[in-house]
Amino acid sequence: MMTKQIGRVATLTLLLFGVLFVNLNLIALVQSETLSSHPANRRLLVREYAIERGSIVVGEEAIARSIETEGDLEHLREYPGGALYGHITGYYSFILGRSGLEAALNEQLIGQPLEVLAQNLGDLLFAPDQAGNTVELTIDPRAQQAAADALEGRVGAVVALDPTTGAVLASYANPSFDPGPLSTHNASAIREAWEPLIDSDERPLVNRAIAETYPPGSTFKLITAAAALEHDRSPETAFPDEGVYDVPQTESDIGNFGGGKCGEGETISLADAMRVSCNTVFARLGVELGADRLIDMAERFGFNRAPPYELDVANSGIPKEMDEPSAAQSAIGQRDVRATPMQMAIVAAAMANGGRLVEPHLVRAIRDPSGSLVRETAPSLWDEGRFDGQVVSETIAAQLRDMMIDVVADGTGRNARIDGVTVGGKTGTAQTGGAPTVWFVGFADQQVAVAVVLPSAGDDDTGGQVAAPIARAVMEAALGR
Amino acid sequence: MSAATGTAGRGVDRRTGNALRSTEARLLAFAVVITFAAHVLLGWSQGPEVPPSAIVTGVAMTVIAIVAHITVRTMAPDADPTLLPLAFLLNGLGLVFVRRVDLAAGSDLAGTQTVWTAVSVAGMCAVLVLIRQVRTLSRYQYSLGLLTLVLLILPLVPGLTAGPINGARLWIDLFGMRFQPGEVAKLTMVAFLAGYLERKRVLLSVASHRFGPLLMPAPRHLAPVLLATGVALVVMAGLRDLGSALLLFGVFLAVLYVATGRAAYPLFGLVAFAIGSTLAYQLFAHVRVRVSIWLDPWSQVSNAGYQLAQSLFALGTGGLTGAGLGGGRPQDVPFSATDAMFAVIGEELGLLGATAVLVAFLLLVVRGFKISLTARDEYGTLLALGLTATIALQTFVIVGGLTRVVPLTGITLPFMSYGGSSLLGNYVLIALLLRISDESRGAARGRQMERPRTGKSSR
Repeated sequence: MMTKQIGRVATLTLLLFGVLFVNLNLIALVQSETLSSHPANRRLLVREYAIERGSIVVGEEAIARSIETEGDLEHLREYPGGALYGHITGYYSFILGRSGLEAALNEQLIGQPLEVLAQNLGDLLFAPDQAGNTVELTIDPRAQQAAADALEGRVGAVVALDPTTGAVLASYANPSFDPGPLSTHNASAIREAWEPLIDSDERPLVNRAIAETYPPGSTFKLITAAAALEHDRSPETAFPDEGVYDVPQTESDIGNFGGGKCGEGETISLADAMRVSCNTVFARLGVELGADRLIDMAERFGFNRAPPYELDVANSGIPKEMDEPSAAQSAIGQRDVRATPMQMAIVAAAMANGGRLVEPHLVRAIRDPSGSLVRETAPSLWDEGRFDGQVVSETIAAQLRDMMIDVVADGTGRNARIDGVTVGGKTGTAQTGGAPTVWFVGFADQQVAVAVVLPSAGDDDTGGQVAAPIARAVMEAALGR
Repeated sequence: MSAATGTAGRGVDRRTGNALRSTEARLLAFAVVITFAAHVLLGWSQGPEVPPSAIVTGVAMTVIAIVAHITVRTMAPDADPTLLPLAFLLNGLGLVFVRRVDLAAGSDLAGTQTVWTAVSVAGMCAVLVLIRQVRTLSRYQYSLGLLTLVLLILPLVPGLTAGPINGARLWIDLFGMRFQPGEVAKLTMVAFLAGYLERKRVLLSVASHRFGPLLMPAPRHLAPVLLATGVALVVMAGLRDLGSALLLFGVFLAVLYVATGRAAYPLFGLVAFAIGSTLAYQLFAHVRVRVSIWLDPWSQVSNAGYQLAQSLFALGTGGLTGAGLGGGRPQDVPFSATDAMFAVIGEELGLLGATAVLVAFLLLVVRGFKISLTARDEYGTLLALGLTATIALQTFVIVGGLTRVVPLTGITLPFMSYGGSSLLGNYVLIALLLRISDESRGAARGRQMERPRTGKSSR
């Protein structure tokens, strides 16, 4: 007589167990990935730290390496390179996560894909002596040190490339940070080191070499000139030399730096206009060529697309549509044109490399723990979709190169001269209200191309005065002088 | 009695006691081998040698199994052959995982738990020897009811209490041993209920009063329901033991429903419980905390929600096949040897292993319901049902808690969690189920039963 009730209670019990089974499946199968990679779940972390993470090497020296240590997390990350390489290596922190190459090359440094790590494979558990791959960088330690020394006390960034291979020889942004204290196994020590970094007005965590864009100022005249040379003009083409260029459709006309005309006569050649960085001529060119040609040339040189690189590079940009006043402003690198130091170094490198745009790279080779080569970076041109690696003809590139050499020999870039070396360059001083952004981009022989930016220079500073000497110091170091 | 014999015999295995006991012996051997193998595998995760603890535990489990088997064979030859092996399997796997936690924590709980296993099985044997007929228990039902209340209040008595542990007052210190009287209270409550309801069920089945849309019995008959609700809520608030409150109340409603056949009782009880719970939620901060963790553990993952989050991490990381024995991180999961053991099982044995363990519980529960259905008399039916519901609900509350089906409350996983009183209580529970099934099968086979002793004839 109680049979019916017992049956109902049993059914209810089975239903409850059914809920448990269904829910258990959801957790173990559907939510498994989310749960196993949740930041508060230490399992993946512990497994990752059990592996001897590969070193990051510059020259012969490790700038990041793992040593065995006591505790749950079996290896500790050390950064002998300290702040000098802080933005390149990034940090490797169990609280903050990873940044820089530690993040970008994590799988190589661990020696296996993360998916494998997250799996419960028996061989993973019973092979305690795992080690990751070693990453060798293209950085020239002398050039990197020279960049840091030259930027000492200033906010700014330097990028130096091998113009023919795209190998990054120096990439330094000041201020920088030491990843070591952020990568300890002590949570409160990490927080203590982290807080001043995020509180600082100078934002030391920002890698200004690649992660931020600045108005390129007169260094953009290289691209305006390239467009001009491609459209029926030569370095000798004469332009009216005027103190003020009357920009169509607007009251805000464009004058020259410091006021006055650019030369002595009624006209001035394109090459001379480049040499003395004549705003009126390049603003006029912007209007004459038209926005479309300017935009096209800038995009061919890498604007509106980020270069492929091991680390994320910000998009250098030029507006896709511009009226005449905008074209005039953009032609001299003002208004809405923005560029990273990396982008401008690539532009300078193309001038030294016969008009060929190189793909920048930071990693020379990756080796497994036994020392054998896993991967080697082959130099390549930045070909991409509708953009050819050959940006302008060799002839135009040679003309631009000569114009840049003139700038250094007898123009605004004299402070970049190096005895016995052919140095070319272009200065830039962008006035966007507040402190000016000053630039120098250039090259020395076919050995090194460089871009220097100081985004908050002194009120009277110019690219020639402040940025050119920094570029020279870095180029000298890269040339082994 | 005549009504009872009507239910007896249906669906009863008609094999002889010998055949049943042989089946049981094979299943027991299987359980011992599986747990021994698991123990060896756990050892191999640490090094190439077979750990001495595996041998010691294996030998101990074999001896205990043989003793248990001989006892059942002589004292309850017609008892259900699957109960003991299932309990033994869960118990043995529990030992493996207690050992697993030891390895991570550097403790030695497994040794103690092995001793408790021996004690608990001895307790089971003692019950089988002492209680030849389960009906004899019904004579003491009021004593048992009183004992239930005393046991529940015991942890609050100064001088006995072990103080609040992890926020709950569940333990007493007796002769230098820590004991959880609530584990015994479960059993005494079920025994009391079975006896009380067997006598009152007819009275309680009569619905004479209309209460809204529900036809209810006279209000005075509802008094025990309200009393039980009150006790459950007092336990919840006073002992801060939400899990036990839910368990006791759920079992009470199940037995009441089966005894009376009136859905109004559990419905009324649920309404009362809902109102009481809402009040408790308003009044007690710890109840609110439990609920907020349940709703959203992730925003408080490093403090209040830590245990639940770690449990879910363990189960989620375990995935389908698990990290393997010894491959997980029980040190990350709070109370991994006791309440949260199921999370460790899920992490190391995966969904497959966790499901297997749940299936073992389910089989145990299904056998329990079957014993309830085929019991010789109504007392046996109600007792078996209450005991079975206890195991089922307790498993649901803790596994559901660890998997966020219900709010997580501290309660042991039957047979598996570390803890002596819990294990002893569970083996006594098994002893009672064995006894009830032995009686019904014995009767069905026409075995010469002892004449039911009444109060007069026994004294």
